[in-house]
Amino acid sequence: MRWPLLPLLLLLPLTACGGDDGASRTLTVYAAASLTASFEEIAEEFEAEHDGVDVELSFGGSSDLVTQIQGGAPADVFASADGATMTELVDDDLAAAAPQDFATNTLEIVVPSDNPAGIASLQDLARPGLNLVVCAPEVPCGAAAQQVAGNAGVALSPVSEEQSVTDVLAKVSSGEADAGLVYVTDVRAAGDDVGGITFPEAAEVVNTYPIAPVDGSDEPDLATEFVRFVLGDTGQGVLAGFGFGQP
Amino acid sequence: MIPRWIYAPAALGAAFLLLPLVAIVARVEWTDFFTLITSEASKDALWLSLRTSAVATLLCLLLGTPMAMVLARTSFPGQGVLRSLVLLPLVLPPVVGGVALLYTFGRRGLLGDELEVLGIQVAFSTTAVVLAQTFVATPFLVVSLEGALRTAGLRYEVVAASLGAAPTTVFRRVTLPLVLPGLVSGAVLSFARALGEFGATVTFAGSLQGVTRTLPLEIYRLRETDVDAAVALSLVLVVVAVLVIGFAGRPGRSLG
Repeated sequence: MRWPLLPLLLLLPLTACGGDDGASRTLTVYAAASLTASFEEIAEEFEAEHDGVDVELSFGGSSDLVTQIQGGAPADVFASADGATMTELVDDDLAAAAPQDFATNTLEIVVPSDNPAGIASLQDLARPGLNLVVCAPEVPCGAAAQQVAGNAGVALSPVSEEQSVTDVLAKVSSGEADAGLVYVTDVRAAGDDVGGITFPEAAEVVNTYPIAPVDGSDEPDLATEFVRFVLGDTGQGVLAGFGFGQP
Repeated sequence: MIPRWIYAPAALGAAFLLLPLVAIVARVEWTDFFTLITSEASKDALWLSLRTSAVATLLCLLLGTPMAMVLARTSFPGQGVLRSLVLLPLVLPPVVGGVALLYTFGRRGLLGDELEVLGIQVAFSTTAVVLAQTFVATPFLVVSLEGALRTAGLRYEVVAASLGAAPTTVFRRVTLPLVLPGLVSGAVLSFARALGEFGATVTFAGSLQGVTRTLPLEIYRLRETDVDAAVALSLVLVVVAVLVIGFAGRPGRSLG
């Protein structure tokens, strides 16, 4: 008998699921990847104020999350990184209430902590031979990057167009890329592995984050409550702490 | 003779595996199908995938054949451990492979300084795609070929050697022709695995049209904005995979 423990292994995932701390109500929040750190903190605050409520967070690219919700994913609240993606949800009649803007974000140049290429401005990103990594134009951060560069008349030729902010950060923090374009909050959340370089042109392209309760939720009241909480003092305070602007 | 009740779970299993394929075919927008798969980005991705997978398969053959020989025909202490390690990419999540490759061939990786001296940049290049594909695909060739070598046995090689053939001659004239079916099916499987490679590529090579954005990466990108195109390209990949498996599984060819 070589595999006496195999059946037990199959049970492992089940026990992990059963280990919940007896919370009687669960609120599932789908949020853009750039909200990871801030929403984890907001969820904790929300749970502290609401006894027996467990907030489950699912992070990902905004358009990815909308696709999942359209496919029937059990989201109660959706927080998007851009208006266009939220519009998709509204157009499909999947928003239970009108979306409300709760935060803004602007772009920043991200470089490895020792800034090996000596980047100092947006214009530096057009330097030949530079390993520049941006988000793909289809993703909100990529659209913003294109717009900023276009406004400033800077021709970017990236070596890679990544699918999300986190992919750009990974390439920069590992030192493979010399520079990337991500949001101010992403640079701050990434910590000491990377450095951020602000540039004046970024202020022209402001990204606004809308939030809305999702239609068909099992917890419509709790979902509305959570949206209000994010827009309220506690939520706004946490977001400001992570570098988000107010809409 | 098998118990009759086994057909029920077998059918269930087959349905589980086949239904998603049916779903893809059902979801394809046939009117635009040809336009969707012949866009500039799609053609670039398909061509890049075929090129890199072909080179990766060649590397698999060059590196995997000797490894299979050593594993099947010799015995030395620690061989079992070595075999397990060599086959590790089979079970490793590809994204882990990508991270590992990054720390090996990346600019700040183990070989980073040496490569920099030689003026070679691996990350973000087509070379990185080929490395990622070779990394995940080589074990398929080794497993397939080692199985074929063991099944073929030593008889003919011993006879050839006793008749005075040098080891290299035995390898070339006896061993290789004997295991050719195993070698071919191993190569075909490696090619298929390379063609489908996603995790290691996206982690290690990045994503840029015509340079590193292979078919799976293009599907992943389109899935967010142009679902119809993503589905159409998925079907292309499914068809290629079916052709490849059909070729590898032809009667008379052993899968090792």
